[in-house]
Amino acid sequence: MKVMELNGVRKSFDETAEVLRDISVSVDKGEVVAIIGPSGSGKSTLLRCATLLTEMDGGELSYSGNKAAWNDEQGRTIYAGDLKKIRRCFGLVFQNFNLFPHYTVLKNLTDAPVSVAGRSRLEAENEAMELLKKMGLSDKAGCYPCQLSGGQQQRVAIARALAMQPEILFFDEPTSALDPELTGEILKVIRQLAQEKMTMVIVTHEMAFARDVADRVIFMDGGVIIEQGPPKEVLGAPKEERTKQFLARFSN
Amino acid sequence: MVLANVLQQLLTGLWAAVQLFVLTLVFSMPLGLLVALGRMSAWAPLRRLGTKSEYAGKNPGKAVSALRAFKPVQTLVRFFISVLRGTPLMLQMMVVYFGPYYVFGISLSGYSRLLAAVIAFSINYAAYFAEIYRSGIQSIPQGQYEAAQVLGYGRRQTFFKIILPQMVKRVLPAVTNEVITLVKDTSLAFVIAYQELFNVAKQISAANTTVLPLFIAGAFYFLFNSVVAWGMERIEKRMSYYS
Repeated sequence: MKVMELNGVRKSFDETAEVLRDISVSVDKGEVVAIIGPSGSGKSTLLRCATLLTEMDGGELSYSGNKAAWNDEQGRTIYAGDLKKIRRCFGLVFQNFNLFPHYTVLKNLTDAPVSVAGRSRLEAENEAMELLKKMGLSDKAGCYPCQLSGGQQQRVAIARALAMQPEILFFDEPTSALDPELTGEILKVIRQLAQEKMTMVIVTHEMAFARDVADRVIFMDGGVIIEQGPPKEVLGAPKEERTKQFLARFSN
Repeated sequence: MVLANVLQQLLTGLWAAVQLFVLTLVFSMPLGLLVALGRMSAWAPLRRLGTKSEYAGKNPGKAVSALRAFKPVQTLVRFFISVLRGTPLMLQMMVVYFGPYYVFGISLSGYSRLLAAVIAFSINYAAYFAEIYRSGIQSIPQGQYEAAQVLGYGRRQTFFKIILPQMVKRVLPAVTNEVITLVKDTSLAFVIAYQELFNVAKQISAANTTVLPLFIAGAFYFLFNSVVAWGMERIEKRMSYYS
């Protein structure tokens, strides 16, 4: 069964500009999908539709077979009344972290598991410390986000998403706000998660990384999927003219 | 005129001012939050007007568009705020104190000057606090709401756990300003003959043809405000554990 399935997504922000034009994406368990493409191609909007931050105009969405949204007779999206269970299926890591500045690192990781998922504080704290250790941030549990570097903040944000034990983790340009050195830190963490068979969808501009870590690369432009496949094919020997054009800018 | 006697009367006036000050804060600060939420209410009960009729999908006229965009709670609260900020507090106090009897013919037993002043002040200050809170709430980045939503926080949890604590820190300097103004504004209660500090000082000074009591009252206001400013500064410091 697919961990996540998006079917025929349409989205426009005003009458004239269609941001997503009938896009379908599904992700298998343990699969790592990288989405690449120029700015304004609809990558982030697609991710926001999958994470219920943006409402689709048309299209279906389900997680592990549980329907979150479906089409009515006119092909307009109807959302399920109760999306609580659906929201527990996925996690999202933002481009600019969006940590809670008034909470310590530890509380950032434990508050949602305790007050949303209803886990015990002790259990949540033990798990959080485990995650921080994995991120190499054991000594930062008592710090506030403002005391950390960008790379450390993003690692906390990844740990915060993992603390909710999602079945699939989305990344929206996780390194775009970081310098090359800090970018390396984050990519290392994501690579480690990929080795642990975490299901992930990553919107990124890091081509070398996508080639390295992804099982499948999706190239988007103008609100449609131009081509997709194993990174060797899409990045190494693209079939479509538009993909070649886009990748040419990265090779020189 | 015996100085000790004068001081004692002024202190009684100061105590009356402090009562009005504290009670006003206790009621206006939470009330302001309620008003702020009403001011930001996006509830538009008619937003689907005509979308299920035979005209669905057709270009709606101006009247229908206006009705769809109509937000009753927000409109009402906007009106409430503009009246309270647009008319003198002194006048509002007179309406609250004299209104029940002279307009409606009701004489309330136990309706004191202090009570009337507290009601008028609380409502008036709530309008100002509401706008300060609103500015604070609207300054919180959208990303905070999105992060909370993705983690599964409900609307109420998001507001009370994520937004409100950050809002409090942001609005503190503006609230301090308002609180300090309130200390001095308590003197306006003389208009309904509430025996607060300024009123007492004026009476003694008129009876004895000396300005000394007014100067002492001025010093009292200044001391009162110094304590308030000190307290607010401490609260601000306590909230500076993050930036």
